[in-house]
Amino acid sequence: MTEIFMPRLSDTVEEGVIAAWHKKPGDPVAAGDSLVDIETDKAVMEHEAYEEGTLAEILVPEGGTAKIGEPIAVLVATGETPPTAPTRPPAAPETPAPARAQAQAPATATAPAVAAAAQPQDGRAPTSPLARRLAKEYGLDIAAITGTGPGGRVIRADVENAANAANAGNAAKPADAAQAASTASAAGAAPAAATDDGKDSVEAPLSRLRKVAARRLVQSKQEAPHIYLRRTVDAEALREFRSVVNDGREENKVSPNDLILKACATALRRHPDLNSSWVDDRLLHHRRVHLGVAVATDDGLLVPVVRDADRLQLTELAARTRELAAGARARTLTPQELGGSTFTVSNLGMFGVDGFQAVINPPEAAILAVGAISKQPMVVGDEVVARHTLELNLSVDHRACDGATAAQFLAELVDLLEDPLRIVV
Amino acid sequence: MSVITYRQALRDTLRAEMQRDENVFLIGEEIGHFEGSYKITEGLLKEFGPRRVRDTPIAEEGFVGAAIGAAMLGLRPVVEIMTINFSLLALDQIVNHAAKIYGMFGGQCSVPMVIRTPGGGGQQLGATHSQNIELFYSFVPGLKVLAPSTPAEAASMLRAAIRDDDPVLFLENLGLYNTKGEVPDEPDAEPEVAQIGRAAVVRPGTDITLIGYSRMAGVALQVADELAKDGVSAEVVDLRSLRPLDRTTIVESVRRTGSAVVAEDDWLTYGIGAEIAATIQEGAFDWLDAPVARVAMAEVPLPYAKSLETAALPCAESLAAAARRTLRATGRLR
Repeated sequence: MTEIFMPRLSDTVEEGVIAAWHKKPGDPVAAGDSLVDIETDKAVMEHEAYEEGTLAEILVPEGGTAKIGEPIAVLVATGETPPTAPTRPPAAPETPAPARAQAQAPATATAPAVAAAAQPQDGRAPTSPLARRLAKEYGLDIAAITGTGPGGRVIRADVENAANAANAGNAAKPADAAQAASTASAAGAAPAAATDDGKDSVEAPLSRLRKVAARRLVQSKQEAPHIYLRRTVDAEALREFRSVVNDGREENKVSPNDLILKACATALRRHPDLNSSWVDDRLLHHRRVHLGVAVATDDGLLVPVVRDADRLQLTELAARTRELAAGARARTLTPQELGGSTFTVSNLGMFGVDGFQAVINPPEAAILAVGAISKQPMVVGDEVVARHTLELNLSVDHRACDGATAAQFLAELVDLLEDPLRIVV
Repeated sequence: MSVITYRQALRDTLRAEMQRDENVFLIGEEIGHFEGSYKITEGLLKEFGPRRVRDTPIAEEGFVGAAIGAAMLGLRPVVEIMTINFSLLALDQIVNHAAKIYGMFGGQCSVPMVIRTPGGGGQQLGATHSQNIELFYSFVPGLKVLAPSTPAEAASMLRAAIRDDDPVLFLENLGLYNTKGEVPDEPDAEPEVAQIGRAAVVRPGTDITLIGYSRMAGVALQVADELAKDGVSAEVVDLRSLRPLDRTTIVESVRRTGSAVVAEDDWLTYGIGAEIAATIQEGAFDWLDAPVARVAMAEVPLPYAKSLETAALPCAESLAAAARRTLRATGRLR
């Protein structure tokens, strides 16, 4: 008999929801068979069987939630009798030995049993002080790490394993992908329908995505002192350049946002202070440029990551961005595609927003908020003329970077966008 | 270097200090004609005469008081109290006089006195003669308490104690007198004088800190060797000085290893280990990956029967068991 456990799908995931079972009790299962779809705060992931046998029992039904490491089903070897009693729930934390028994075994005294394996009553997983400190240094959410110490205590080894797992995906920093970088609300969120129960307000069901985003937004505003820099770009050349690039191109057209992303990646390479993270009183400069691109989805904001954006050609970057945006809307992105960004771009131009200020996506040092390209009165020489313009707002973590430094980055970005040939050469 | 016993290291040091400074004199029960209950003062009466090696009646309060007076007037008495158990008879002299005089009289005179006294159980001497009550003195500001664990430490620390201007309780251990170790030969070089108030990392390691003093420091080393066979790298801190306590060395060690077990020969409750554990959580809280564990004597008057006495005392097995529990809790041992 084998128990199938809720897998660890990413470092920030504490529990998963069973979206769908592909097998029912009694079905034969081969190793590699798709067994179950699991929904986390970020994505719906397919989970395969590792062993063959017969699915004896489903412990967590569709729609049910289980913490990581909890059994969700029981597999028996073909021919083996399924157990009559369900094997739920997960092992209880070891109970401390009574003090009297301890005093008897070796008569020499050891510290009293009271403190030994006390499990907090509030359901909070115990964590060692060292594990908490390290998790903070690594930028990991300790609540999402499964403890292997006594009573499920999260210890140093658990945090280091989680950090290694996060680094395996070349993440510059293990980031919670669902970070809601801007003030955008989920597209298509319908107002609560009026009900006749007499209440003026009803509680809306919260997606996990929105809960995680809420927590991280608060963390960002509480911890990172934001400063905001605004520049207006003369977008005439940018529009012209884009039409030249897309001329005759049927597929994979380049959007204005692709040009902005490429320009950001190029400018970040030259201004490493903006491609950094302030974590636990230390400043980390990231050697690689991973751009987060905020995407509104029905369930909330997702920020898929274009890795090494500075090394991609414009059309490659455009293709990758389109692919990631589609994946975000379909909720098929992997945790690695949703984490590890070093700088984020949020664009509300398509909603007609002239300009806005975004909340930094921790642990990044800055986020760029992009408005719509629209005709505005502009002073050219001594004349006021109508020209296409674009408003850029840069939010910067002042701990990591000063205003003057950020201004230089922004100036370079504006220069690139106003002379867009430089973006590609 | 020569390999000598803890006992001989003490005797050689007493003799050398008496030769070096004629203000140094010995006082206590049975130290002259009988040459010491544990033979620490063997031969010294013959060499230095009754003026500098003074036998006393069985009157701890009296001879400790006499030594305090002599120290106030400029001599450097080294008192032997036969075992630390009998120091209770002189508690008022030690706590209310020796420890207080310098402060209460505005620094007009100090009390450069050493009280040498062994603690330790395991000798089948019964509950009243087998205690480890160094804690009583470690608690008192104005006293210094030293607890060497090896012959070399015994020599360098006794030298430091005699040359120090404050009253020092110098804790020996019945179980250590016959232990042997390397000690630098004295005429060869200027003898080493220990720095009072310094602990020592006597074995560096990375996975756990074992902390002990006196007999238990040696036990901790033994356990570290044992754990090394399982691939565990244990760091051992020998406290050496119980007052002043070297908190820095303790905290730095735990910051390196992330966990600690304190071994003490006294009782657990309110013991030295409690102070060490408090020190660790104050200085290394964010470095702790498991609670600080303590190993101590069973909380009973020490039994006389050999089997019960052995069972009641902390030993390598009990320390190793506690260390393994902690190592498993931090994932350093499966």
